[in-house]
Amino acid sequence: MATLTHHESATAEQLVVTDGARKTFIAIIAAGVLLLIVGILAQVMGWGAAEHGEAAGHAAAAHGAAHEEGHSVLIKRLIVSLWHSNLFFLGVSTVGTVFMAINYVAYAGWSVMVKRISEALSAWVIPGGVIMLIVFLVGRQDIFHWTHDGIMDPKSEHFDAIIKGKEGFLNLPFYVIRMVSYLVIWGVFSWKLRQLSLAEDLNGGTYWFHKSITASALFLVLYAVTSSMSAWDWVMSVDTHWFSTMFGWYVFASWWVSGIAAIALTAIFLKQNGYLRALNASHIHDLGKLMFGFSIFWTYVWFAQFMLIWYANLPEEAVYFNQRLGGFEGRYTFMFFFNIAINFVFPFLGLMTRDAKRQMIIMKIVAIAILCGHWSDFYLMLMPATLRGENGFLIEIGIAAIFLGAFLILFTRRLASASLVPVNHPFLDESVHHTT
Amino acid sequence: MTKQFALGIFDDEDVLLHAVENVRAAGVKIYDVFSPYPVHGIDDALGIERSRLPIAAFFFGMTGLAFALWMQIYMLGFDWPMIIGGKPHIGLPAFVPVAFELTVFFTCHGMAITFFTITGLYPRFKTPVMDVRATDDKFVMAIELDETSSQFPRLTQLLRDNGASEVNQKEMTH
Repeated sequence: MATLTHHESATAEQLVVTDGARKTFIAIIAAGVLLLIVGILAQVMGWGAAEHGEAAGHAAAAHGAAHEEGHSVLIKRLIVSLWHSNLFFLGVSTVGTVFMAINYVAYAGWSVMVKRISEALSAWVIPGGVIMLIVFLVGRQDIFHWTHDGIMDPKSEHFDAIIKGKEGFLNLPFYVIRMVSYLVIWGVFSWKLRQLSLAEDLNGGTYWFHKSITASALFLVLYAVTSSMSAWDWVMSVDTHWFSTMFGWYVFASWWVSGIAAIALTAIFLKQNGYLRALNASHIHDLGKLMFGFSIFWTYVWFAQFMLIWYANLPEEAVYFNQRLGGFEGRYTFMFFFNIAINFVFPFLGLMTRDAKRQMIIMKIVAIAILCGHWSDFYLMLMPATLRGENGFLIEIGIAAIFLGAFLILFTRRLASASLVPVNHPFLDESVHHTT
Repeated sequence: MTKQFALGIFDDEDVLLHAVENVRAAGVKIYDVFSPYPVHGIDDALGIERSRLPIAAFFFGMTGLAFALWMQIYMLGFDWPMIIGGKPHIGLPAFVPVAFELTVFFTCHGMAITFFTITGLYPRFKTPVMDVRATDDKFVMAIELDETSSQFPRLTQLLRDNGASEVNQKEMTH
């Protein structure tokens, strides 16, 4: 029992990314490339038609409607899945900084032990932002209906009066300005908080801590607005006619719970490899509580959006769920229910007991399930609106694996570039003594 | 029925935590510790078993959920079916908010009532209090004595050695 009140204080720890780990990341990328090639071949050779059975004829019929503009199905699939995976990883990456900022503003002590992980998650913000901008500039017509030529021109045969009504918000210059501002805000603050944290390591004292709190508070206000608006811009506007006032929260909830799952997963991996010596079951427990709670929060937002639309049953709103529940010959129906099962039922039942939240193996399984589940949540947000009846999985999962490998390389590089324990953080001792 | 207790009064949380460990290590059984606020780690230090209240809570929740679903399905589906908003009589999505609220309602009330019943903290006219200062700024460690209270001098010494600011003997009537 002596360990309860007598702790050794934490000391600096340096992560060494082993060659084995690097090879694993490369292998993930290689597997992704392989899947991608198989997927492309399947698309080109028309194996997809056999794979999806009865959908083949339908896909051909939908071809005319869905492709008055833009590239072939293959290019379209590539671009949409780039957008999809990048959106997911960029969101998770930003959540690292948001998590840290919330803990600063709340004067939270327990999370100091995992602070470097959340800092390192944000290593993807800049590359992710650049990819996002490039994909938008190159392939926007494949993703966004409102960017099609002539859609806002009353003389054109593609003219759409409803979309014309949204021109004040959904026009190219304003959209790009908004996009760049979100990315710059997220990038600058994650860089700034990282710099302050590193300076604290070198110099000590509470000066850097207070500066971080100021920066965090400012960032949180800006993030509250930009996360919501980016959700409208990047996700909701693919369904240009449709709108939902819950959408900003819905996307944020998805990113947020995935981010926490990523932090928990990393903490467990580091612990199991002998790092983060002062991390104890209570830290894992608290991360588990957050995963559990925010899985329910995601469900709450998801359901609030679903129920209002179901109840009111207005055609312009209900079309969203029509497409996802039974549209395109029911090809999204399974995903729709799978989404609720993996993102709500599984974490809810799996993490309900205290013991489950303190078991590394259960936490690992649930965290991985949440990450996969929310990737498929984004899939379900984007695909029915963009690829309609022509979606698939090989290309999409291949690209996701490439992103995962690249993400992990940058993430671990940043993790290894400083001590895993922020040795001069004023609340470090509180975190070491954390008990739940 | 009366019992004799030795009460060690502590001024500080950390001193108390160390004292709890040392007193237990000396082979003395602690009856309970009373504090103005929850002390982190005291459950483990006292060796208190995990509460089974969460298990009760789960079943209260299930009861609430079952009750809510039965109530709505019976009322709106069988007893007095009405068409509301063109939805089926048993339109499950519409039942979810009520089901959720009643699950929470049953869980929290069931837990609170169970907790108060088991701990004996339910409202009554005369509440047994070891030392009223435990509700203000002191931490009180209570150790049960046998009928002759013969071990009181030894316990006094032990508690004082471990930082108790005073040690009292008190008779409690249950």
